[in-house]
Amino acid sequence: MADRVQGISSRLREGTAHKPAAPDGGTDKPVLSLRDLVVEIPTRYGVLRPVDGVSYDISAGEILGVVGESGAGKSMAGNAVIGLLDPPARIASGQVRLNGESIESLPRSEMRRLRGKQIGMVFQDPLTSLNPLLPIGEQLAETIQEHLPVTRREARARALAGLEEVGIPGAADRLDSYPHEFSGGMRQRVVIALALCAEPCMLIADEPTTALDVSVQAQIIALLKRLCRERGMAVMLVTHDMGVIAEAADRVAVMYAGRLAEIGPVADVLTAPRHPYTYGLMGSTPLAARGQRRLNQIPGAMPRLGHMPEGCAFHPRCPKAAPACSQSVPQPVVMGDGHLAACHFPMTVEPQEAAQ
Amino acid sequence: MADLTPDTQVPKAPAPRPGALRGFLESDVGWSFRHSPVAIVSLIVVVILVCGAVFAPWIAPHNPFDPSTLNLMNGFSAPMQPNAFTGEVFWLGTDDQGRDVFSTILYGLRISLFVGFAAVMLALVLGITLGLLAGYLGGWTETMIMRLADVQLTFPAILVAMLIFGIAKGVIPIEYRDQMAIWVLILAIGLSDWVQFARVVRGATLVEKNREYVAAARLIGRTGPAIMVRHILPNVLSPVLVIATISLALAIIAEATLSFLGIGAPPTQPSLGTLIRIGQGFLFSGEWWILFFPAATLLALALSVNLLGDWLRDALNPKLR
Amino acid sequence: MTALVRIRHLTRVFDVSKPWLNRVIERLPKALLTAVSDVTFDIPERQVYALVGESGSGKSTIGKMVVGLLPPSDGDVEIEGVNLASEADKARVAETRSHIQMIFQDPYASLNPRWRVRDIVAEPVAAQGGETNGLAERLLEQVGLSAADAGKYPHEFSGGQRQRICIARALASEPRLIVCDEPTSALDVSVQAQVLNLMSDLQEKLGLTYLFITHDLAVVQHMADRIGVLYLGRLVEEAAAEELFARPRHPYTQMLFDAAPRMDAFGREVDPPKGEIPDPINPPTGCAFHPRCPIAVDRCLEERPELRAVGPARVACHLADA
Repeated sequence: MADRVQGISSRLREGTAHKPAAPDGGTDKPVLSLRDLVVEIPTRYGVLRPVDGVSYDISAGEILGVVGESGAGKSMAGNAVIGLLDPPARIASGQVRLNGESIESLPRSEMRRLRGKQIGMVFQDPLTSLNPLLPIGEQLAETIQEHLPVTRREARARALAGLEEVGIPGAADRLDSYPHEFSGGMRQRVVIALALCAEPCMLIADEPTTALDVSVQAQIIALLKRLCRERGMAVMLVTHDMGVIAEAADRVAVMYAGRLAEIGPVADVLTAPRHPYTYGLMGSTPLAARGQRRLNQIPGAMPRLGHMPEGCAFHPRCPKAAPACSQSVPQPVVMGDGHLAACHFPMTVEPQEAAQ
Repeated sequence: MADLTPDTQVPKAPAPRPGALRGFLESDVGWSFRHSPVAIVSLIVVVILVCGAVFAPWIAPHNPFDPSTLNLMNGFSAPMQPNAFTGEVFWLGTDDQGRDVFSTILYGLRISLFVGFAAVMLALVLGITLGLLAGYLGGWTETMIMRLADVQLTFPAILVAMLIFGIAKGVIPIEYRDQMAIWVLILAIGLSDWVQFARVVRGATLVEKNREYVAAARLIGRTGPAIMVRHILPNVLSPVLVIATISLALAIIAEATLSFLGIGAPPTQPSLGTLIRIGQGFLFSGEWWILFFPAATLLALALSVNLLGDWLRDALNPKLR
Repeated sequence: MTALVRIRHLTRVFDVSKPWLNRVIERLPKALLTAVSDVTFDIPERQVYALVGESGSGKSTIGKMVVGLLPPSDGDVEIEGVNLASEADKARVAETRSHIQMIFQDPYASLNPRWRVRDIVAEPVAAQGGETNGLAERLLEQVGLSAADAGKYPHEFSGGQRQRICIARALASEPRLIVCDEPTSALDVSVQAQVLNLMSDLQEKLGLTYLFITHDLAVVQHMADRIGVLYLGRLVEEAAAEELFARPRHPYTQMLFDAAPRMDAFGREVDPPKGEIPDPINPPTGCAFHPRCPIAVDRCLEERPELRAVGPARVACHLADA
């Protein structure tokens, strides 16, 4: 077991070596690193594993897109990082390291301090992160004072600066507005300002644009990209939307049934997928299937928790499945520069396909 | 036809289910039941009491309403002690007229449970019908029904019941009063209790009627009554079930209260409340058992039903699971 | 090609005022929301007509008016030459109605959880007193489920399977037109592909006409033969799908296309569109898009552009030219 962890982590380190370094010329040490993370939910039907041995790194100034369909465990992994798992779900094993420090077993109070200060969060529904009874200026200032040693006046000034940074028009006049007075897109901007007000080094955005219109989605993606670059933040962007990943992410981690199917630079993974699941996912995305009358669908659906197939969880739906696939769980294998896929029989790619 | 491949089939439960009881015990609610000692004990108590009431004529050692079997000499026998004159032993003693307290409790339970069930049934039918109509039709129908409910809520239920009882007393000729007393009691408690059902059903209906399956039914050409009864009603019943259980306990207590006050079940057909009223006259003269045993039975019944209702509410609430 | 559906000057106004007493006390005027305003288009038979728009564009309201779930405030919907709102011949209305079906967005809410799948699927026929023996089983097999599924309850199925059940129900009354309101936006990508493929197959096999309502441009491009773009309740552009994607003429359509994520533009740096959709209760004067329009001129503030033919398309913009 220990050997395996070692193996994976060294491979993952190889994968992260080429990545853009932080703007301040910092090290290539990842801000967040997950090692063999396992989340378990004990139920009366047995122990479910929504996240089963996931490892990845995110560096400063990098957006890692975590993509997967519902039930893939992508949000659960994010929640595990910030200590927001709903009991009885819990981290059963593995490591979560933030700037090299292990945080997976911190007590609740420590974790609460860490959230906001070190890790900011943005969720799909902005209203869940905002107090409907407080003006947004108050909420921002309060959060700033909680995490930073500043005076009330300075906190308010910082709140204003934060709102301006996320592009709220007339920010000075809107400090005293309540959350319901903002439109959906503006609310999401406020939430981003709130997540960033204590200057965290890491931002977890869980489906931040799913509830928004296309035009507003484009605005929020552009905002996230700009903030990530300017602040040298590590961003985990959890989404089901391949288009959003293609637009925003530097690297992408494709999850299936709680495990990592494929991870690598976004252009490599999307244009030359090596895992049959990623390949199928790209084929079923109408965006990628321009001009085709039929979409290349994947038969079947994601297995339910508690009914996971033996071996590779994808094998019942996989066109390339062989006996080996139902016997052993494939381990991540290096496919290219920082590109890993967990498949016994990875796809081979012709260069033409990559160009498309 | 590879294109029509369905999603993976959901695996079926491995074991076949031999019966409805087994099926219940294996379901989520059944699981929660098996893991709740309070619910199990409550159910046992309720089942014993209901059986006692239903089979009273066969279980009861005496028929307290047949004067020919009564012996005044047996009056005021203490529990488990031989009577000073006749030497007969009564488990729970006798009252002033020599009636066996155990038997009167069994027969009293019959009245109490019958009135409770019937009153809740009446309240259910009224509340569900009015709630469905208010929720589905909206507009003036809703305003009228719900304002009426609001007005009724401003009075304590027991006061409403007493009012209805008083009106009935004025309307029904004196010779029928004792015969009709039970039915008036049911009417009074039922009418005082429909509001909460109507409110819950209306709320659930408002949610359900905006769901797309209702739109689909309208599109198909189903009319309002069919949609209300066939589509919405089955989906609003589970919260109603919980309130009905708790309501049953309250109805039994309401009946006892009315009977205790002397405006409920007549002494010729005594309910638990009537027995308690009769018994309290002897409390301070030393014959405590005439009051104590009916009161304890009422307490056990109301408490068990209430606890069952509480458990059911938690078991059906997915958030607490 | 004949038009199966003819929509003329369709308008729907919602009263979103506060209750009467609040209005009197707070001295507020009645608040009216014009969700759909003067929309005119035809849906040709055996084609997929897509209505595209963001939230508040009125696309779902149009769908509900077409199927008759909502009465129009003004204007007409004619299906097979029958105006469902004004036609006096009841039998003809019922006949036409049975030719229209709808598939909804949320596959979890659109099946009655207390009914068996057999009863759900056969209901359109049962409601008309028709023969339903074996019907549900046949339809389930047609949408790729098994006949044995008829005895199950909806909660035993996944989202994609439920949407198949919805499609089976829609097919039960042998419709000619199916209005699909965001049929795949609640589904995962791989399942969405299955459902879209199934819908395409059924359309070809049964000669169906779809009115496809969605915000997802990728799905529209994949499915639609003809597209109408809505903004704040008005049709701003209408054209054949290829024409529209090759040459969007309205600045709003162009903005939508630019904003939509692309799979081939990694790390693309774009200026995202400016502004958000205005409050539909107090829409901007003139052209409703002018506050966000990059090419707006003074005329756009004052005069509302009518939908006019520009080349092979119809466009509601003062500045559009072929």
